[in-house]
Amino acid sequence: MQRQRRFRRETWRLLGLISPTLFWLIVFFLVPLLLVLAISLGQRGTYGGVRWDLTLENYARFFDPLYLRIFGRTVFIALATTVICLLTGYPLAYFIATRPSGWRNGLLLLLMIPFWTNFLIRTYAWLLILRDQGVINIFWTGAMHEFMAHAAMTVPLPIWGPLLEATSVPLPLFGTDGAIIVGLVYAWLPDMVLPCYASIERLDYSLVEAAQDLYANRFRSFLRVILPMTMPGIVAGSVLVFIPSLGAYVTPDLLGGAKSIMIGNVIYSQFMSARDYPFGSAISFVLMAVMLLGTLIYFRLGTE
Amino acid sequence: MPEHAVKLTRVSKHFGSVTAVDDVSLSIPDGRFFSLLGPSGCGKTTTLRLIAGFELPTAGEVYIGGKLQGEIPPYRRPVNTVFQNYALFPHMTVYDNVAFGLQMRKVPKEEARQRVLEALEMVRLPGMENRKPDQLSGGQQQRVALARALVNRPKVLLLDEPLGALDLKLRKAMQLELKALQHRVGITFVYVTHDQEEALTMSDRIAVMNRGAVLQLGTPEEIYERPANRFVADFIGETNFMEGQVKGIRAGEAVVVVDGVLTIHVSAERAVGMNEEATVAIRPEKISLHVEIPDPRAVPGVVEEVIYTGTDTRHLVRLTENVVVTVRQQNVGVGAPVCFPVGTRVYVHWQSESARLLMA
Repeated sequence: MQRQRRFRRETWRLLGLISPTLFWLIVFFLVPLLLVLAISLGQRGTYGGVRWDLTLENYARFFDPLYLRIFGRTVFIALATTVICLLTGYPLAYFIATRPSGWRNGLLLLLMIPFWTNFLIRTYAWLLILRDQGVINIFWTGAMHEFMAHAAMTVPLPIWGPLLEATSVPLPLFGTDGAIIVGLVYAWLPDMVLPCYASIERLDYSLVEAAQDLYANRFRSFLRVILPMTMPGIVAGSVLVFIPSLGAYVTPDLLGGAKSIMIGNVIYSQFMSARDYPFGSAISFVLMAVMLLGTLIYFRLGTE
Repeated sequence: MPEHAVKLTRVSKHFGSVTAVDDVSLSIPDGRFFSLLGPSGCGKTTTLRLIAGFELPTAGEVYIGGKLQGEIPPYRRPVNTVFQNYALFPHMTVYDNVAFGLQMRKVPKEEARQRVLEALEMVRLPGMENRKPDQLSGGQQQRVALARALVNRPKVLLLDEPLGALDLKLRKAMQLELKALQHRVGITFVYVTHDQEEALTMSDRIAVMNRGAVLQLGTPEEIYERPANRFVADFIGETNFMEGQVKGIRAGEAVVVVDGVLTIHVSAERAVGMNEEATVAIRPEKISLHVEIPDPRAVPGVVEEVIYTGTDTRHLVRLTENVVVTVRQQNVGVGAPVCFPVGTRVYVHWQSESARLLMA
C-alpha cells in the first residue's frame, strides 16, 4: 500500500519535471504535425483553401514520374553530400583528435568560426563564387582566356584551339546538382566532424597499439580497430548530415537556379505559389516517412 | 639460437627535455623470466615500449634475437605485448581477439582455429570463445590478453604490469600461474612491475631501475641479499640504514663507527678507505635480540616499541641517540610470541656477513 502510494508520488513528481518539455512538444510539434496530416488528407479549395473531403489522392499524386524524379535526385544529392562530408570530415576529425590536447579546442574553434556568419549569407557567398560572372568564371574567361590566346600566338600548337574556345564561355557551375552539393557539404561539414571527433577522441589508443603489436600495419589497424570503434560517430554524423540535406530548401533555391530543384523546393512552391496545401502536406509526410525509415535502417546496420 | 633474446646497448629515450631512459644497456637471456622493477616513472614501461617498437630510441640500439631492430615498426617485430589495461578489442569476441594476430599473418583458417583453441585451453578459458570482453571478469580478461599474445608464439613476450588491476588474492594466484606458464612454453618473458615482492616471486633475473637507469641486475637472491646501493636496498624489502665512518679495515672486514659511539663490524666486498663516509644496511630479519650478551660484537639498546603483525613481531630498538633499528622475528612458536616489553635493555646481534657496506 505504502509503497504503491510512494510510487504514485514519484510518478507525479517526474511528470512535473518533464511537463514544460511535454507542453512544448505537444503544442508546437505534435499538434502541428497532426494538422499537416489532416490537411494532407483534404483537397485543394478553388481559391487555395482546404476542402475537407477526405482523400488519399494527394499521396497518389506524389508517385507521378515528375515528382519521383525530383525525389530521386534529392536522395542522390543528400547521399552524395553525406559521402563527401564523411570522406573529408572524418580525416579532419582524426587530425584534430590526434593533436596535443592544447591544440584541439583551438582547431575546433577554427572549424566553427565560419558558422558564426548567417547561413543565408554563406550560401549567397557560394553564389558569388559559382555563378557565370562569379569569382571562378571571371578568372576562367578573363585571365585564363587571355593566357590561352597569348600562348596560341607564342607557341603554335593544335591544343590551343579547343582550350581557347572552352575559356571563351563560363564554366557551367551555377545551377547544377554539383553546385547544390558543394553548398550542402559546406553547410553540414561540422555536423559530420563533431560526432566523428568525439568518437575518435574517446578511442583508447592502446587498442591501436595492440593491433599493431599483433602484426596489423597502419591500414589494417585502421580498418579492423579504429573504424569499427568510431562507427557510432560515423553513424551519428551521417544522419546529422543526411537528414537536413534531404529536406534542404535554401541551398538548392539559391545555388540550383531554375534547373536543379530538390523536394524541399517543391514543398515550398506548393504552399507559397500553387497554394495547394494538401499536396504540399502530403509530400512533407512522405519525406518524413522516408527519413524515419532510412534513419532506423541505418542505425540498425551501424550498431551491429 | 642467440644467447640473448633481447639486448639493449646504450639506449636512451628523451621526451622533449625529459629523459625517460638514460643510457641503458641490458642483456635479457633467452627463455627466462626477466623483470624490470622500479617505482613509477623510473623508465621501465618506456624500456618495454622501446623493445616493442612503440617508441624509437633517441640513442642506442635494440636487438631482438640478435637482430638489430632500428626503425622496424611494432607490427614487424617478433614480440607480443600484454598491456596494462589488457587492451582487448571490445567489438570482437574472445575468439576473434585471440585469432587477430594469426589472421594478420595469414595463418590458414583451420590451423589458426586449432591454435586459438589450444591457447585458450592453456590459459584455462575453454568454452569462452563467443563471449565479448565486457562479459568477462578482470582475471578472465587478463587470461584472454595472455592467450592473444602467446598464440603467436613470439620470441619474446612483453608484459606491462599485467596483474596491476587484479585484487591481491587473484594476483598471487596469477603470479604462480604465469611463472609456471613461462616455464612450460619456454618463451622469454620481459615483465614490468613496481611490486618488488611480485618481481622476487616470479623472476629468474631482475633489473632494478630508477630515474631511467638500471641500478642493479641480478637474480632475486642477489638483489635482495646483496643490494648494490642504497636505493636498491631501500626499494626491495625493508632495511635498516646506519650512517658512519670507516675507522678500521682488516681481513675483508670494515669497522664502521656510527654516531661516534656505535662500532659495527661489516664484511667489505669492495675496497674502502679509512675515514670514508659509509652506510651500513642490515635487514630486520637478520638481527636477533638477547637479554644476555651473546657475542662481544653485540650492541646494547632499549626496546622502544613492539609491533605485532601476525606472521611476525617487530621490535624497534634504540641503539644510540639517533639510531633506531627494526628487528623482525617470525612468530614460529605456539601461543603468544616471545617479545620484550617496551623499556627492556637488550642486546642486538647479527653476523657481520649479513650487514652490507654501501656507499654513503
